[in-house]
Amino acid sequence: MEKLIRKIGSKAIFIIRMAGHMFIFLVKSICYIFIPPFKLKLLLKQIHFIGNKSLLVIVLIGTFTGMVLALQLFYTLRKFGSEAMLGPAIALSLIRELGPVLTALTVTGRAGSAITAEIGIMRISEQIDALTAMALNPLRYLVVPNIVAALIAFPLLTAIFNVIGIFGGYLVGVELLGLSAGTYFSQMKQYLDIVDIEIGLYKSISFGLIVSWISCYKGYYTSYGAEGVSKSTTEAVVLSSVLILIWDYFIGAIYL
Amino acid sequence: MRKFDLEFAVGIFVLLGILSLGYLSVQLARFEVFEVGYYVIEAKFEKAGGIKRGAGVEIAGVEIGRVREVSLQNYEALVAMSIRRDVKIQEDAIASIKTKGIIGEKYIQITPGGSERLIAEGGKIRETESALDLEELLSKYIFGTL
Repeated sequence: MEKLIRKIGSKAIFIIRMAGHMFIFLVKSICYIFIPPFKLKLLLKQIHFIGNKSLLVIVLIGTFTGMVLALQLFYTLRKFGSEAMLGPAIALSLIRELGPVLTALTVTGRAGSAITAEIGIMRISEQIDALTAMALNPLRYLVVPNIVAALIAFPLLTAIFNVIGIFGGYLVGVELLGLSAGTYFSQMKQYLDIVDIEIGLYKSISFGLIVSWISCYKGYYTSYGAEGVSKSTTEAVVLSSVLILIWDYFIGAIYL
Repeated sequence: MRKFDLEFAVGIFVLLGILSLGYLSVQLARFEVFEVGYYVIEAKFEKAGGIKRGAGVEIAGVEIGRVREVSLQNYEALVAMSIRRDVKIQEDAIASIKTKGIIGEKYIQITPGGSERLIAEGGKIRETESALDLEELLSKYIFGTL
């Protein structure tokens, strides 16, 4: 009994300390964003890695999300006799909710895991220690470019996802299910507000921060050995995904 | 050559993203960057039930502007509307709150008047007609005062 309580207690303390450690890591990295010299070339490389290379998968997922939404919402809306609302229903659910979340989850799986593995391997092969020994700040070289690149790439990827999803919905709703194209877009214009797009933007930017932060942290403080890196990578993906969904709920609740 | 490649690729990506953002906000949400093409007029309603910022303003079923702001003044609803510049509204025009369909959204319909004098920027439409209150109407019908 005493053992159990001790175990729970030490676990709790571990979790709290870990949260503190992660937060300090984030604050430090954010400070380095604003302190020159800036590593623009590295930033460019990371935008290419997070942004360009995710483009294909985002386009694919976006198209099919829009198409599935059109199919399912059409089925639901038909029960109320309001198929005309298909356009706004698709656009609103994409822009406010599905676009940012699905983009973030996809990019977590594609780029976040790779970032963790890359930084983790640099840690276990002692390249990070080498950087420190050469008086180069590893945060500035490894973490900051990733965070800034994610902050730039996530909103852009989300916007691309949304547009593609809306046209995917158009494909199914108008070409397949026989809604008129005028209804689809004009109703959308009627119901879409600039606030909706702002919320999507806030969400995607914060998701970018979450994903890059967790991925970098987990890689930076990986435990040793190949096993350690694989464990960190898994943890990074799981933790990022969970935090994305939790944070998504809170932003959604605040800006209802 | 390798460096050029990278910059070009990132440039394409950023451009694509910004284009999409622009399409979403300007084309779909009608974010008015320059509100030069509009002028503002006001109308006072006894009841502005259901009119919100962004609701449409129509003449003969054609949208000519949107509601800018709804506020309270002397216990009456003051609705500010931005109207397209090329649409002139006469002084004796009537603004009424209508509903699209039975449960549709609310919009403001302006019935043009016959006066020679036009409403200038910041002017007021004096004749207004409040929203038809379906519940009130129903209760009147049920309790037989209609």
